Amino acid sequence: MSDANARQQPSVSLLYNPRVRGFLYQAVLVAIVGFLAYEAVVNASTNMRARGIPTDFSFWDRVASFDINQTLIEYSAASTYGRAFFVGLLNTLLVAAVGVVLATFLGFFVGVARLSHNYVVQKLATIYVEVMRNTPLLLQLLFIYNAVLTPLPNPRNSISLGAGVFINNRGLVLPDPQFAPGAIWVLVAAIAGLLLAVAFRFYAHRDQEKTGRSYPVVWIGIGLVLGLPALVYLALGEPVTFAAPVLRGFNFQGGVRVLPEFVALVLGLVLYTAAFIAEIVRAGIRSVSHGQTEAAMALGLSRQQTLKLVVTPQAMRVIIPPLTNQYLALTKNSSLAVFIGYPDLVQVFAGTVLNQTGAAVQVIAITMSVYLVISLVTAAIMNSYNRRKALVER
Amino acid sequence: MQNAPLGTAPLNDAAFLRRESAPSLPPPVAIGGVLGWLRTNLFSGWVSGPLALLFIALLAWTLPGLIRFFIIDAVWSANDGTACRVPGTGACWAFVERKLDFFRYGSYPEFEHWRVDLTLIIGAVLAARLLWPQGKKSTLGLLAFALGVPLFFFIMLPGPQAAMRAPLVELPVLFAGVGLALALEYSRLRTAWVAALFFVVYPVAAVLMLKGWAFIGLSKVDTDLWGGLFLSLLVATVGIVFSLPAGVMLALGRRSRLPAVRFASILFIEFVRGVPFITVLFMANTMLPLFVPDNWTPDRLLRPVIGFSLFAAAYMAEEIRGGLQAISKGQTEGAQALGLSYWQMMRLIILPQALTLVIPGIVNIFISLFKDTTLVAIVGIFDFLRTIDAARIDPVWSGPTISATVYTFAAAFYFIFCFGMSRYSMMMEHRLSAGRRH
Repeated sequence: MSDANARQQPSVSLLYNPRVRGFLYQAVLVAIVGFLAYEAVVNASTNMRARGIPTDFSFWDRVASFDINQTLIEYSAASTYGRAFFVGLLNTLLVAAVGVVLATFLGFFVGVARLSHNYVVQKLATIYVEVMRNTPLLLQLLFIYNAVLTPLPNPRNSISLGAGVFINNRGLVLPDPQFAPGAIWVLVAAIAGLLLAVAFRFYAHRDQEKTGRSYPVVWIGIGLVLGLPALVYLALGEPVTFAAPVLRGFNFQGGVRVLPEFVALVLGLVLYTAAFIAEIVRAGIRSVSHGQTEAAMALGLSRQQTLKLVVTPQAMRVIIPPLTNQYLALTKNSSLAVFIGYPDLVQVFAGTVLNQTGAAVQVIAITMSVYLVISLVTAAIMNSYNRRKALVER
Repeated sequence: MQNAPLGTAPLNDAAFLRRESAPSLPPPVAIGGVLGWLRTNLFSGWVSGPLALLFIALLAWTLPGLIRFFIIDAVWSANDGTACRVPGTGACWAFVERKLDFFRYGSYPEFEHWRVDLTLIIGAVLAARLLWPQGKKSTLGLLAFALGVPLFFFIMLPGPQAAMRAPLVELPVLFAGVGLALALEYSRLRTAWVAALFFVVYPVAAVLMLKGWAFIGLSKVDTDLWGGLFLSLLVATVGIVFSLPAGVMLALGRRSRLPAVRFASILFIEFVRGVPFITVLFMANTMLPLFVPDNWTPDRLLRPVIGFSLFAAAYMAEEIRGGLQAISKGQTEGAQALGLSYWQMMRLIILPQALTLVIPGIVNIFISLFKDTTLVAIVGIFDFLRTIDAARIDPVWSGPTISATVYTFAAAFYFIFCFGMSRYSMMMEHRLSAGRRH
């Protein structure tokens, strides 16, 4: 019974060597996946040839010959399928952008309301969140579209929402902005105000780190972003005016018409996503332990300062990652547009274009890659943000 | 000075001596009673008070209208839409009642409904047994399990009227459910065996039962006829039955040391999670038939179900990975020190702990998956919501209130189902964290 004997590597068969085994497993996996992929490609090409389905991307430049009822870029039935793709993509991005902004506001409001000490406010927020989270988004969309917007009166009996905004069963009618020659300067002023506000925030932060003095960054920022364009606007003699829509005959003349499908989709996405954002915000705020607030108070910070300097930065660290996931979910959910006929990427491209060209593989692959790219880019940005904001631990 | 007795210290000029009592403070604000409650909970500040008033006004403005629409002015029984079309009437519940069987079974032949009922009640009892917290049940728990679960599903699916219409067919279904529950309870079958029943035996039996098999004397029912609530439950169940094992494998693969396995898992998970479910459905519907040999073309219902299962697996994998990450490294090291192989370690040590930990998360995923089953309508499957949406445009009943009525009905159903599941998940979370609370 010598120690040397026990310590000696027992000789095992090659099959039980973990490295060899690992290599074997992987080889088997690669072989299976490779075989399935090969079979799929072979089958697909035979089947597609047999059914006369195009196997290349030549359809991209052919004339689409169908109309789209909301186009952000120039498009007509004489445009190409490629053009239709971009129209759909832009419509998707428009819905996503509007939805993300509105859902964030509503979500933060409801999330804070759920933490309110006010009984009525808190209970109503809770009911809202529970109802929205526990019913399918598709049902909410159909409800808004078929049970709320469709029964609205026709254009002649439109409901006025004030300030030249009308709503009827053909959508929302907004005043049309008219740009006089000086209008560009208002935009320039707005951008300058934004840049100045950002610069001021940097300066204020730096100065506070150095001297401890704090500035009313938010108010000065709002003043710069809103005040500067307003001043330019007044100085140039109101170069932007709004032409109110006028009811003439059976429909409105002038004004910007927003599709009811767009209204329904944005409304549905915002109401649904806001409920999830509210829960994230609530969890984020509650994750900051009460000791932090008490310590800040003990240091003599005011309630506002405590919120701004202690609670919010720590809460945001918890809130931001799941919030981004909700933004992505909203973008992906905007594909439900296909159910109510809003011309988004899926409806235009994976719907109409696919049906007309029959190029299923190519069209689906392009559509999926668009969403994948959006997801991956967002994930990359998020990861870098997380690295920057993560707690520095030993 | 400091040590001098109080009385002998000379009165310093700077010293202050209070000669009269301080004014008394106002009495504390009432914190008890109705007024106190109102003050602390409704009108505690300049923002809170008006906000509360605003919301109360909003409620007072909308609530009576809603009650009138859904209860007082509603039409509760009618033979066609005439009564519902009268201006000023509210919700048309008579329509829902008339179409209830369509909402439940789609176009599944009426005389075969019992097959659906039996299949689902067995699945419900098995699933309830798996989800029920472990340990010996109290008399009340046993009663709820053996009677409550079958009864609940019986009322949801065939409905009490069906039992009255065809008691000889429908009541045995209920008894089968109760009997199975009692048998599971008294045989003390181990959870692993129940899981095997649910994940392996049940799916095969369910397909035979629903599709029909001449060998056991059941007529064939084409999947084109399947629809309604039962189809929604079925798609969701298939999703969960497939996605749990697949999710476990993918989660293990993502944490594997082997680069090819890890890469393949990550690729699949991130791809599926990065695209909308609708595009996965489109892919399953249009591309799947192209990828297989011509004579294999999958069934019209099978295609979206495959898409749904893959979609579910990717989300399940991420949830299970979270559970795996929460298990301390000491458990792995301990298992390895005992000489367990990788699969032994996973099966006996890691997965039981990790899966118990993520039960609430799995239930939450199930809720969102169940909501997502509504999307299969895009490829022409008549799920619950699709049957409701299709019935809505029935010309015999069409009226101004039909849409609002049926959608509210659907919303109520989904809400009860999902809210119940979410309460269950919260209960489990509370229970599981009992050991870690202090």
